Amino acid sequence: MSGLMRVNGGWLRLGLSAAVLLAAWLPKAGAAQPTTAVLVALLVAVALGFAFDALRGTPERVALLIALGLALGFAAVDLAAVQQGGEAGAFWAAMIAVWLGAWMLVAFVAELPRKGGLMGLIAPLIFGATILWAWECVVHALGVPRVILPAPSSIAARLADSTDTLWIDLVQTFGRGALSGYVIGCGSAFVFALVVDRYRFLRQGLLPVGNFLAALPIIGTAPIFVMWFGFDWPSKAAVVVAMVFFPMLVNTVQGLTATDSMQRDLMRTYSASWGQTLLRLRLPAAMPFVFNGLKICATLALIGAIVAEFFGSPTYGMGFRISTEVGRLQLDMVWAEIAVAALLGSAFYGVWALLERRVTFWHPSQRSR
Amino acid sequence: MKSRSFPVLTVVAALLALWYIAVIPMNAQWEYDQASRAGRDLPFGEMVANTMAQERPVLPAPHQVVAELWRSTVVEEATGRRGLWRSGSLSNRSLVYHGLITLSATMLGFVIGTGGGILLAIGIVYNKAMDTSVMPWAIASQTIPIIALAPMIIVVLNSVGISGLVPKAIIAAYLSFFPVVVGMVKGLRAPDAMQLDLMKTYSASGNDVFAKLRLPTSMPYLFASLKVGIAAALVGTIVGELPVQEGGLGVRLLSGSYYGQTIQIWAALFAAAILAAGLVGIVALIERRVLKRMGMAQ
Repeated sequence: MSGLMRVNGGWLRLGLSAAVLLAAWLPKAGAAQPTTAVLVALLVAVALGFAFDALRGTPERVALLIALGLALGFAAVDLAAVQQGGEAGAFWAAMIAVWLGAWMLVAFVAELPRKGGLMGLIAPLIFGATILWAWECVVHALGVPRVILPAPSSIAARLADSTDTLWIDLVQTFGRGALSGYVIGCGSAFVFALVVDRYRFLRQGLLPVGNFLAALPIIGTAPIFVMWFGFDWPSKAAVVVAMVFFPMLVNTVQGLTATDSMQRDLMRTYSASWGQTLLRLRLPAAMPFVFNGLKICATLALIGAIVAEFFGSPTYGMGFRISTEVGRLQLDMVWAEIAVAALLGSAFYGVWALLERRVTFWHPSQRSR
Repeated sequence: MKSRSFPVLTVVAALLALWYIAVIPMNAQWEYDQASRAGRDLPFGEMVANTMAQERPVLPAPHQVVAELWRSTVVEEATGRRGLWRSGSLSNRSLVYHGLITLSATMLGFVIGTGGGILLAIGIVYNKAMDTSVMPWAIASQTIPIIALAPMIIVVLNSVGISGLVPKAIIAAYLSFFPVVVGMVKGLRAPDAMQLDLMKTYSASGNDVFAKLRLPTSMPYLFASLKVGIAAALVGTIVGELPVQEGGLGVRLLSGSYYGQTIQIWAALFAAAILAAGLVGIVALIERRVLKRMGMAQ
């Protein structure tokens, strides 16, 4: 028994078996779930879970994990798809069984030898899918009203239905507001950083002030800018400029001081001018810091543009849509908008992360482990 | 110290001077309009003096903002009809009252978010399955504007009967949660193989390794993320105050923008800035004390 506990996922396997037994034994109370097919799939999953340690070779283990994934996937889909309401204890036990099974699957996947970046994606994807599935099941089984929490399926349906609206909002908030503010803010901060860097006095004075200002809730300037620049996108761009300016400035100035005196001395022995030193030595050395600033600002820009719309906007835009649809209790639309914002945010961040990898390939943080 | 503070003070003075200069063109149009409506010429000197003292300026002068801050805190509480002195409770027109509402939600959320973040970080460090499945989401969540969820959380919780402090605190909690998770995971992993091996040669138990090596090593990382987290919690609370008008600095900002009370907006903004600076400063102070006691101060 203690030997069983010591292996990876030992408790998970016992928990899974107990949950499957409960699912088979508890009364269904007239509800449709769990069907016999679901119970069979879960039993297969239990058997596969116990068989995992018997296999030693990686190909066999991968095959077993795929089978385990299919069994669990079938049980999950069936549980979510066929429901009549009024679920009883057996349904919840089956849900817990699928949850524990997914956890066991992730634990097993983590044990496989890692090959390449794709393997690293499997575990988080399983986790994300499990969360979505549990959300879907709970919403249907408990009959949660749509005005409190819509099911992922209805959010996806809404997302597919209203691509036009979502696209208009995206162009307004991201294309006009966030992006223009981001370019102006980061660009001017970068140029200003070059000026600051030339004068020691400015560097000593501006860095602490900039650090201080970067920590303040600059988002609060949104009502002021809306008053100054009107409801349309220029006010959003202005908020974004105010939000990204100081983080970008501080990072770039720090980056420009990243070279050590030996390297600068070398440039001096080459009798390189200030411009040449900047172009050939200090800017390349500053790039990791610059990209760090660009990545921080990418997130800030979207936040600034969305929140600024809460203070006043034309009748489109992501922030406007979120606040008005919340008022109309159309929560599936709100969630669709949030999903777009999340995808957009990580894509925008991802673009800079990719560029960073291309530009600062020499930096230790980019080496593959 | 003196040589270091001089450039900072100069920069601050320069910013203030820029602000004063900007006040003149921003507010001049209104003065000229008034003068032409009254049918008289406006000498330049008088115009400049007037722009500094408008009731609803486009850009209030710094001294107007400071005066408003003073008026809506000390003066309001000491002499106002609903102030602390006359009525025994804080006036709902004072920034002290609204600041305290914001502060309490921020602190509650910060404590919840930090506690949850540390617990999840421990889980991630000690459980490989959680590491591979949850950690990528924790990192990805840093890149998405989660604050967009704020209005929905407020309104939905309100509709199921939860209102007041808790919904705002939840928003503050989830904004401070992820920086703490990411920082703390980094911190708990900071001990290198040599140090872990040393613990093994002492045949230290898992709890000992955690309490005597991992936790102490993580402290600088924890404090760095606490400073980010508390600033994020304040922003979350302020945004969370927008949809439901129940007091707080966010409400002062929004009502100021509804009624064109620019000085009120600026005063609320400065109150929020002072609050943020104070909170980050307190965390930094605790950080310095703790790290000094632990012998880790730089």
